[in-house]
Amino acid sequence: MSTQVAGRPERPELVAEPRPNYLANGYGIKSWLLTVDHKRIAILYLVSITVMFFLGGVFALLIRLELLTPAGDLMAADMYNRMFTMHGVVMIFFFLIPSVPAVLGNFLVPMMIGARDLAFPRINLLSWYVYIVGAGFTIAVVIFGGVDTGWTFYAPLSTIYSNSNVALMGIGVFITGFSSILTGLNFIVTIHKMRAPGMTWFRLPLFIWAHYATSLIMVLGTPVLAIAVVLLAADRIFQIGVFDARQGGDPLLFQHLFWFYSHPAVYIMILPSMGVISELVTCFSRKRIFGYTFVAFSSLAIAVYGFLVWGHHMFTSGQSIYAGLLFSVLSFLVAIPSAIKVFNWSATMYKGSISYETPMLYAFGFIGLFTIGGLTGLFLAATSVDVHVHDTYFVVAHFHYIMVGGAIMGFLGGMHFWWPKIVGRMYPEGWGKFAVLMIFAGFNLTFFPQFVLGYMGMPRRYHAYPDEFQVLNVMSTAGASILGVGYLIPMVYFLWSLRFGAVAGPNPWGATGLEWTTPSPPPTENFDVTPIVTEEAYSYSKEEPEVVGGTQSTRASLR
Amino acid sequence: MFENFPLFPPQASTIAGEVDLLFFFLIAVSAFFTALIYLMVTIFAVRYRRRSSEEIPRQNLGSLQLEIFWSVVPLVIAMVIFGWSASLYFKMVRVPDNAMDIYVVGRQWMWKFQHPEGNREINELHVPTGRPIRLTMTSEDVIHSLYVPAFRVKLDVLPDRYQSLWFQPTKPGTYHLFCAEYCGTQHSGMVGSVIVMEPRDYEAWLAGDASGGSMAARGEKLFNQLGCVTCHVPDGRGRCPTLVGLFGRPVQLITGEQVTANEAYIRESILRPNAKIVSAFQPIMPTYQGQVSEESILQLIAYVKSLAPAPGQTVGTEGNMPGGAVSPGSTGPAPGTAPAAPSQNRSNQ
Repeated sequence: MSTQVAGRPERPELVAEPRPNYLANGYGIKSWLLTVDHKRIAILYLVSITVMFFLGGVFALLIRLELLTPAGDLMAADMYNRMFTMHGVVMIFFFLIPSVPAVLGNFLVPMMIGARDLAFPRINLLSWYVYIVGAGFTIAVVIFGGVDTGWTFYAPLSTIYSNSNVALMGIGVFITGFSSILTGLNFIVTIHKMRAPGMTWFRLPLFIWAHYATSLIMVLGTPVLAIAVVLLAADRIFQIGVFDARQGGDPLLFQHLFWFYSHPAVYIMILPSMGVISELVTCFSRKRIFGYTFVAFSSLAIAVYGFLVWGHHMFTSGQSIYAGLLFSVLSFLVAIPSAIKVFNWSATMYKGSISYETPMLYAFGFIGLFTIGGLTGLFLAATSVDVHVHDTYFVVAHFHYIMVGGAIMGFLGGMHFWWPKIVGRMYPEGWGKFAVLMIFAGFNLTFFPQFVLGYMGMPRRYHAYPDEFQVLNVMSTAGASILGVGYLIPMVYFLWSLRFGAVAGPNPWGATGLEWTTPSPPPTENFDVTPIVTEEAYSYSKEEPEVVGGTQSTRASLR
Repeated sequence: MFENFPLFPPQASTIAGEVDLLFFFLIAVSAFFTALIYLMVTIFAVRYRRRSSEEIPRQNLGSLQLEIFWSVVPLVIAMVIFGWSASLYFKMVRVPDNAMDIYVVGRQWMWKFQHPEGNREINELHVPTGRPIRLTMTSEDVIHSLYVPAFRVKLDVLPDRYQSLWFQPTKPGTYHLFCAEYCGTQHSGMVGSVIVMEPRDYEAWLAGDASGGSMAARGEKLFNQLGCVTCHVPDGRGRCPTLVGLFGRPVQLITGEQVTANEAYIRESILRPNAKIVSAFQPIMPTYQGQVSEESILQLIAYVKSLAPAPGQTVGTEGNMPGGAVSPGSTGPAPGTAPAAPSQNRSNQ
């Protein structure tokens, strides 16, 4: 993409004269905690969200162990309720939402657009500290005994009846929200103002488009969650009655406010991963993305439509029939941009040169699982079917296909793709492939049976369940153990590679993109001289690209 | 098929088969697209695998025609599903006129049912086959959700509000009854069973336990005990509007608004009498908030429903449809008492 390199690995002058890289720029703890380097902040985030991921994973494991048998025998009901609540809160607010944007986005957004850092490096560091304070509240909540309202905090259970640490948790979520807002704000300004000369909007890697769309949601949606949580805490502490029907308030108002953020939040989790997949599919097919503008604009379409569908979480809540139908039709519409992306990724592979390195296997996994997750979303958008499957394991399976099968596959795929860039070392490819297969198999064994359970009618958040659901639950628990091991393997070999991995070189995959024109790990200031961009994204060949079944005029429209 | 390992819920209501049909259609659509994507990805991955590390494939930009094709086709399919689903949804939420009433109160962590004949049950619900049944539901505390998988019905049960759910059982048997909205510690213990019986068996069951009299009779007793009767005198000459023939009729309020005297209205009138004042009456009624339980309120409502109109008065049919009643301002004058907050009714929220 830049003139000098255009993604080919050879760039002798970089290899010949290595500058101190960002990891070598200071070694003390202070050099990390006071850094304003976006790459170091990405590492800070990576360490913190990994801790939170394993915390959330332990809760998940305990949930699955309890559900091995129909009776509630491993732990008391109260403890089980705290487990699934903390699992949801930790995984969503403290792992999934920051995962791709705060780690990969932080590292790559400036590098991909040819900038030395984000627009506001200090705000970037602040956002990490804000996250840590929020995470501290969460850990405190766990130590004080957890929360038992479900991650959805529905009133009046959360405002009046729960006797767990709801207010403390609310404060934690409230604070963490600001971390999201600051990151989103930083990305938007950076993408607008810091692009290298020649890096026009339509030359941006699709990873950047995805992060731009995500940032819009973060900045516009998160304040609504903050408001909802503050009102919730005020209701609980001061009994102001906003959500209390007996004082003239309305418990459904909370659900509206909550989902107004929390549905778009699903797109905060999935859009960045979609951006990762666009990078992976093109690199390992050595192909320009098929339909660049459609993939780019589908991200924006998802971000915009995503704000209009929150009511599909409330089809059985007592909202009006007509509101239900409106949210239903809008929910069907939001499926279309996602379908466009999947079709374009598949078409990108057509007549490509496809290799099966670990990141590409994650991309295959993402496409496979996200397709199922997306299609089962149609069941839930269809009001009359949703009435039956709402709040059952069908919903649990669906959103895990999106958030674990989609978002986490994308995150891990991205981690494997850019790990050589981040640390300058390769991980063992064989173990990488083994882990991705384990994760894919374990994931499907865990969550596919839950679709069946859901249609059979097993409600979610059940500590004990009728006997006839046991076989499927045993399958699910077995799958979860495989999945758990699958997640541990990369953790181990990533750490191993820091010391023993082969030296990666600036561009081990032969990928295009400005980040691959720098040494691995990159120097603190990213680029010696500001790069000048003269090519479209994903220019794997100098030949003039063709347009399938089109004329010159359609070519112009696709550019 | 599998005795101890069922993979599909029983179908025991009139709509269950229709929901399943749409479900199977959705499965077919999903299976088709999943197969399509998996095949495409697999075939491309194998056929176009990298054969030499130097290989650079011919590039292409995309295709407008293809983009339109794969946007429009899914869109059309999605709209077909939407239309199908929406028409079925209307059927599922519109309560048939001839529905038989049963009253439900949810609380942490049990379901309480009252049949109009007076039978009361906890965590068990007996219903006959062959006729639509309407559950009028409310909660004493948090949000619950009544869910009967075999009927494919579910509706949240909210505090301070009546929600109506209906179904028509088709097959005698015992089916799961779940609380589907997480409601606290013993959420997974808030379960029970729905026992569907042949109408004759149901009659026999009803007759087997009617010790305390019908709901309306209990309501009348409460009406006297609580002193309602001293003001709401039947002939309409009391300080308060008469309740005779009130149910289902439009009520003229002092604000000029007109509301229908449905369950929500009557409940509101008992608990927050000053919320809406009937035209030509004074706001003198005290609140009964905290003095009557949700179940008692339902009994009072059953009593009000049972009050037949005095001869000569034109009154609407029973039922809570607004249109069906008296022409505005006709004889059966200003019924009404208190207040109602029709905005609490589900279709307005």
